[in-house]
Amino acid sequence: MQKNLRICLALVLVVPGLLLNASCAKKPVSQQQSTTSMDNRAIQTDIERQRAEAAELAKMKAKEKFENTDIYFDYDESTLKSEAMEALKAKVEWLKMNPVVSVVIEGHCDERGSAEYNLALGDRRAESTKSFMVDMGIAADRLTKNSYGEEMPISSGNTEEAYAKNRRVHFSIE
Amino acid sequence: MKMKSVLFLTIVISLVFKPDFSFAGYDYINISNPFLKKIPIAVPLFKAMSGNEKEILISREGADLLSETLIFTRYFKVLNREAYLEDSQKSGIVTSKVVFKNWTGIGSEFLITCGVLVKGGVVDFEFRLIDTYKETMIVGKRYKGRFSERRKIIRRFCSVVIERLTGNKGYFNSKIAFISTGSGNKEIYLCDFDGYEPRQWTKTRNITLSPAWSSNGKYIAYTSYKKGRPDLYIENLKEKRGVVVAKEGINITPDWVPGKFALAATLSFSGDPEIYMLTGNGKIIKRLTENWGIDVSPSFSPDGKKMAFVSKRSGTPQIYILDLNTWKTERLTFEGKYNTSPSWSPRGDKIAYSSMNNGKFDIYVIDIKSRTPVSLTNNAGNNETPSWSPDGSLIVFCSTRQGPPRIYVMTVYGTDQRRLLEIPGEQTNPKWSPRDIKY
Repeated sequence: MQKNLRICLALVLVVPGLLLNASCAKKPVSQQQSTTSMDNRAIQTDIERQRAEAAELAKMKAKEKFENTDIYFDYDESTLKSEAMEALKAKVEWLKMNPVVSVVIEGHCDERGSAEYNLALGDRRAESTKSFMVDMGIAADRLTKNSYGEEMPISSGNTEEAYAKNRRVHFSIE
Repeated sequence: MKMKSVLFLTIVISLVFKPDFSFAGYDYINISNPFLKKIPIAVPLFKAMSGNEKEILISREGADLLSETLIFTRYFKVLNREAYLEDSQKSGIVTSKVVFKNWTGIGSEFLITCGVLVKGGVVDFEFRLIDTYKETMIVGKRYKGRFSERRKIIRRFCSVVIERLTGNKGYFNSKIAFISTGSGNKEIYLCDFDGYEPRQWTKTRNITLSPAWSSNGKYIAYTSYKKGRPDLYIENLKEKRGVVVAKEGINITPDWVPGKFALAATLSFSGDPEIYMLTGNGKIIKRLTENWGIDVSPSFSPDGKKMAFVSKRSGTPQIYILDLNTWKTERLTFEGKYNTSPSWSPRGDKIAYSSMNNGKFDIYVIDIKSRTPVSLTNNAGNNETPSWSPDGSLIVFCSTRQGPPRIYVMTVYGTDQRRLLEIPGEQTNPKWSPRDIKY
């Protein structure tokens, strides 16, 4: 979204400039030529810079998306749901494009159940996530498991909605 | 310094005026249900022998602490001092001077007299436990110690009283480890068995969980995220030095093997949470569970031959027992869909655990032979993580009955449920130490 916005903004600034140049026909030819070529060069580098920036931005966005998209589980379950698998496929693609990156896979639980059992359940969630990604071709040594059990909820309250948000696997880049 | 004072304190003289009665001759406390009928006992103010200021201070403070400690055991009902017919400052403390009908008349079956003499910073206590119906002294003790040791001395006499009346040594030198968030993080705290002198033991500034006492009371194992992951720390209580088990995944839920420098813990480096036996130095001896899925929270039988644990092998978390000789595993709990946190009783015959029904945890005790679970808590928030006192008479646990998680103590029959201590923050996961902790 923001990438498109940047390009639009660039066009809004550049296009009137070009129109302005074309309309200045009364100016001496030589001056006009040199001005135009100078302007063109400046515009060219500006576009390149903006393209690079946009690419960098896109990269950053992809990385953020990788880190900020959690996958979710059913109560007391560690098997991957189909939505989770779809999300993981996208993560696998990103990892393939960023081969030097290593990640920590953090398993979390809702507050129901015992704290000790939930540490193990969080570990099982991280494990099934890791196995899936290894199966999709990511080297196991790039993926480290961690479990916080019920110790780090992101949503407080004891509604099913809050519980569902807390039953998650989160990714963080090492 | 500390060594010296301990030696100093142990000048104890048994006051035996009549042949000492053996415990077997009495049936003071009904062992099958000792908490049903509380024993009425009178604890008058201690007699200030020379009448100086410090004696007057100890007179009330000591009698209050002695009463409080007797009440903590859940065996006694201490009769209200206002009902006493005599002024302890004027009456004698020796058995021959006791006017028994003054005590039986108000319903007291026992009387504790104490004379206190303070001279040059040294406190001299003379205690007597008297059976007011049989008109005899059951036990008499004399202790000398520094003024600052008076609480320790009173506790020591209390332990003598309990041992005489129950035949059991009690827990008067034990401690309770627990997790508290008072500092802003989950850290391990220690307090005396009755909640006195709570203090922060770990300073990890991170999440710290699951303290476990070694059976000699010298080590605590626990899980902490000090390095960002749930690693297992095995530390000497006094020196706070030790080892760390930091394999990939979780390194959690330690429980020591009774009488050995070895412990079981759940590790998941193989890809699956399994229970392993480790040396006290953190080296793996062997894997104890072989089952895909969660295996967690080991608790050894007092003889170390069996291990209770939680497994999801049947689809829901249930408690199982592994026989370490035959390597056979059997399922213990069949009622309820979520049974966790087993704690094997020090007498060996029962296992306490938490069971979740309709979204709320309650504490249950199951007899290992009859396999009948009995609930000890009911309709009072979540009640979790039971742990037995070393004599097997009380259970410490965590409850949310007053809102935030806090620590409570009850008898093994579920009676006399009372809060253990009041400190800031949330308290969870209490573990009662073995009998003697010197710290």
